[in-house]
Amino acid sequence: MTRTLRVCRRELSSMCRTPLAAVLGAVFVCLTGYFFYSDVVFFVLVGGANQASGLWRFVFLDDRLVALLVLPLLTMRLFAEERKLGTLELLFTYPVRDGELLAGKFLAALLTYLGLLAATALGPALLYTLHPFAVTPLLAGYLGLLLLGTAFIACGLAASVVTENQVVAAVLTYGVVVFSWFATWNEAAIGERVAPVLLQLSLFDHFYGFAQGVIDSRDVVFLLGFSALFLFLAHRALGARAWRGLA
Amino acid sequence: MIRAEHLTKRFGRRTAIEDVSLDVERGQVVGFLGPNGAGKTTTLRVLAGVFAPTAGRALIDDLDVVRAPLAARRRLGYAPERAALHLEMTVDGLLTFAAAMKDVRGRRARREAVGTALERTGLAPIATRRIGTLSKGYRQRVGLALALVGEPPALLLDEPTAGLDPEQGAETRRLVRLLASEHAVLVSSHALAEVETMCDRVVILHRGRVLAADRPASLAKRLRPATRVDVEASAPPEALAATLGAVPNVRRVDLVAVANGTTRCRVEIEPGHDVRAELATRITTHNWGLLTLTTVEPSLEEAFLALVAANEHGAPEQRPRSGQAPNDPPNESEAEAGRESGQAGRGGLGASEARSPRSGRALDGPPGKK
Repeated sequence: MTRTLRVCRRELSSMCRTPLAAVLGAVFVCLTGYFFYSDVVFFVLVGGANQASGLWRFVFLDDRLVALLVLPLLTMRLFAEERKLGTLELLFTYPVRDGELLAGKFLAALLTYLGLLAATALGPALLYTLHPFAVTPLLAGYLGLLLLGTAFIACGLAASVVTENQVVAAVLTYGVVVFSWFATWNEAAIGERVAPVLLQLSLFDHFYGFAQGVIDSRDVVFLLGFSALFLFLAHRALGARAWRGLA
Repeated sequence: MIRAEHLTKRFGRRTAIEDVSLDVERGQVVGFLGPNGAGKTTTLRVLAGVFAPTAGRALIDDLDVVRAPLAARRRLGYAPERAALHLEMTVDGLLTFAAAMKDVRGRRARREAVGTALERTGLAPIATRRIGTLSKGYRQRVGLALALVGEPPALLLDEPTAGLDPEQGAETRRLVRLLASEHAVLVSSHALAEVETMCDRVVILHRGRVLAADRPASLAKRLRPATRVDVEASAPPEALAATLGAVPNVRRVDLVAVANGTTRCRVEIEPGHDVRAELATRITTHNWGLLTLTTVEPSLEEAFLALVAANEHGAPEQRPRSGQAPNDPPNESEAEAGRESGQAGRGGLGASEARSPRSGRALDGPPGKK
């Protein structure tokens, strides 16, 4: 655990020293802030009485897109950069397990994402002071965003393990995540038998409930399972150096 | 302290190293010599636990790097060929992280460990500088400091002087020599002169196999056993070559240079014979002026080239050493030299001695000898 935290701390301090994290953080906060403002205006003008479906749904569906844009760019460097710099080789010679390395970097990305999510809570907090509302749908939405972001991070981490090129890692993550979103869009093309299966596997279909203030345990399990699968794949990919080498 | 037992590493169908055995004790610097692609880095990586061997065992302080990876790595300092550094960190920041990762417990202990590493590598004055702003020489030193931090008893250094200017290279060699008093050091290089000056023993690797292992001087003598003498005299070249060539036990005479009436030549003599006096007498009886007469010590570079060439083209015929009849049993080192590694490696470095893997014959003669 200690070694995991050491890796996490170094990763966080490294992120803080690079302009990429600052730029991504600024983009995340600005875009989510803009979407929150426009969704509130839209809700005030035409949203009606139901805050969950009229306001939070739109806010979280918009925030989901921002997370989709930003997180692959945040995770792309986690291992790819270490591989390119050659520091990964050195890390392998320290008394640390592959799992601890993975966990440390995953935790660092997750904490960064949590920080970004916390920054987005400023808008709702201001709104609450002006006009108190039921916070449960809001919390459900944030839980959904956290779980969805966790899945993105796990996927991005796995992509970052398999290549030393950060752009390739980011594109690979976009490919997997966007496919899991778009796969169910053309039900006519994928057929009646496959469509229900794909619907079950779609990352975003499991997020809609959270966006509307509903926490469904199946969605929670699916999103956690998706993250666990990619963390497992990342672990296997890290261990593949035994037959693949470090190249 | 650092031991490889019949290490083999394959990546798919490609064999990177095969049956590599070596042993480094505390207080020793062992040079790991070989051309590019010989398998030096792969061997070091296996020993460092970066990846597991396909066969054989790698041990650090008697701990198997596969079965007890964490304990083994705690006793290990590794400096990869390319100084692998987080450029955005400061020197002491990175060393502190390395100390923490190497399980140096307690803030004060970590600070001391970092201070010692900085002091030994001469990095103390630039401890707070960001690594990205440092020159290549300093970065290489930071890589060395990373290996040293926490004072691990075993050090694996992959070409620590690569890319350094002569002064920095000399400094690094001095440091490595100094480290040998407390550590077991395995240092890879393809700079023969460097290995010759820095190492107590040398292991020559070629195409993933150990070709020879011995002290640099012994290896050079063993692989180039003929004595050579450089002669410079005021004499006509052909006559000088013919005169010297007629001296008993002279194997061959090569003209090196002819200028302003003086001739320089290299005389190769059968091992174990000293014919310098006879050479001088023959020159003076012809009333030629003898300017110089110097014995040439065999160099490791020649030995290395001979060994690699023999491995490329097949070993030359074995010939008896001086004072040894053709049918005499070989001496100990020759017996080891002729052994296949499967029988040899168990005794460590000395046991995995010179051999020609392909021919199975001893490599104790220069290739293509006349």
